[in-house]
Amino acid sequence: MNKVFANAEEAIKDIQSGAVLMLGGFGLCGIPENCIAALVKKGVSNLTCISNNAGVDDFGIGLLLQKKQVKKMIASYVGENAEFERQLLHGEMEVQLIPQGTLATRCLITGYGIPFVPVLAGVGTEVAEGKEVVVRNGHQYLIEDAFDSDYALVKAWKGDTMGNLIVKDTARNFNPMMAMAGKITIAEVEELVQPGELDPNFVHVPGIYVHRIFQGTNYEKRIEQRTVRKPE
Amino acid sequence: MALNKEQIAQRIALELKDGYYVNLGIGIPTLVANYIPHGVNVVLQSENGLLGMGPFPFAGEESADLINAGKQTVTTLPGSAIFDSAMSFGMIRAGKVDLTVLGAMEVADNGDIANWKIPGKMVKGMGGAMDLVAAAKNIIVAMQHTDKAGNSKLLPQCSLPITGLKCVKKVVSDLGVFDITDQGFVCIEYAPGVTIEEIKAKTAGKLTIAESVHEMKFSE
Repeated sequence: MNKVFANAEEAIKDIQSGAVLMLGGFGLCGIPENCIAALVKKGVSNLTCISNNAGVDDFGIGLLLQKKQVKKMIASYVGENAEFERQLLHGEMEVQLIPQGTLATRCLITGYGIPFVPVLAGVGTEVAEGKEVVVRNGHQYLIEDAFDSDYALVKAWKGDTMGNLIVKDTARNFNPMMAMAGKITIAEVEELVQPGELDPNFVHVPGIYVHRIFQGTNYEKRIEQRTVRKPE
Repeated sequence: MALNKEQIAQRIALELKDGYYVNLGIGIPTLVANYIPHGVNVVLQSENGLLGMGPFPFAGEESADLINAGKQTVTTLPGSAIFDSAMSFGMIRAGKVDLTVLGAMEVADNGDIANWKIPGKMVKGMGGAMDLVAAAKNIIVAMQHTDKAGNSKLLPQCSLPITGLKCVKKVVSDLGVFDITDQGFVCIEYAPGVTIEEIKAKTAGKLTIAESVHEMKFSE
């Protein structure tokens, strides 16, 4: 079993134009920076990207938008990206907005092998249009499906060569569920270690879910809103 | 005088009870954290996966890996917990969060809320708002009573795309405090210097003035 790849270019080598990708991260926190850079370099197009956000104009998924590599964006909030808005209003890109908890739960059930889930969020709204509704105990629920994606690209703090992952702080966000949801999951980590170096009690994603892993380089880890308090 | 944003936040802070788990939305709701009454201990939930959100970090101590749902750098507190987005919305959906405070563009007198989209103008997405309003037991809306053109935002029904149905329990605006009941908006407090006549004139939805209506206080 060899899951270890030399770098992002090698790990994403077989991703073709038209692929459906899940990308971990919340805002710019915990995004797979190296994989995104490699996709930009490779120049694949017509991608469908499932991610909570669409990055900012010049970072994260925004880099793929700049190069018009994204055909369809599936996200919960896309408000920080002017290029995104421009492409959307000009009909150059398709967007599907999903409530954040529904997005997270659809990733979760995918990794748990559950085909669909009833959720309350979105009942009576545009989100409900065209969706099956079930009624239990007098409450309406929308039927939301598991995701069918080709690859999941996730970022973790540490990983071992078996693919076990540990995430850090709120860079956890969507990364564990997306790692579990990918047909092929590619994990980039800040530190790649040997088996035995991670405490099994504190593994967030078991290696069975991770197909490829590499140690990333040159992490920018850009902060979207730098807020500080005055010294006391 | 109508309240400023800080005063709206200060009044909402009086709704916090000791032991509450609270989710504060972006904008005025975030300011509520600055006015938590003395002796009241609450745990702030940030839906990107943090319970026990602390204040902003000191300069030089900020981390790209530790942010709140508004993407601002924050800190943890002793007793904080971090989890993934599915668990975060799991605890919201399961009703574990005691109070949600969020902003709105429109609220209807039956508790419907619209706060995520202006067709043709603004398409930013709903983020976690639809999940929060669908599940939270207790939702307070913090907002201006009228829009910039002077139109009421407390309406008989929402004109903008709905975020959630019959879910708002209370509105704190710059003019007063309004419970939402079968009687529509029930004005229970008015801001200092604001008249009932002004509130009536600026409320388009069904409005009832509570018998016990009184001037707003900012501490108990």
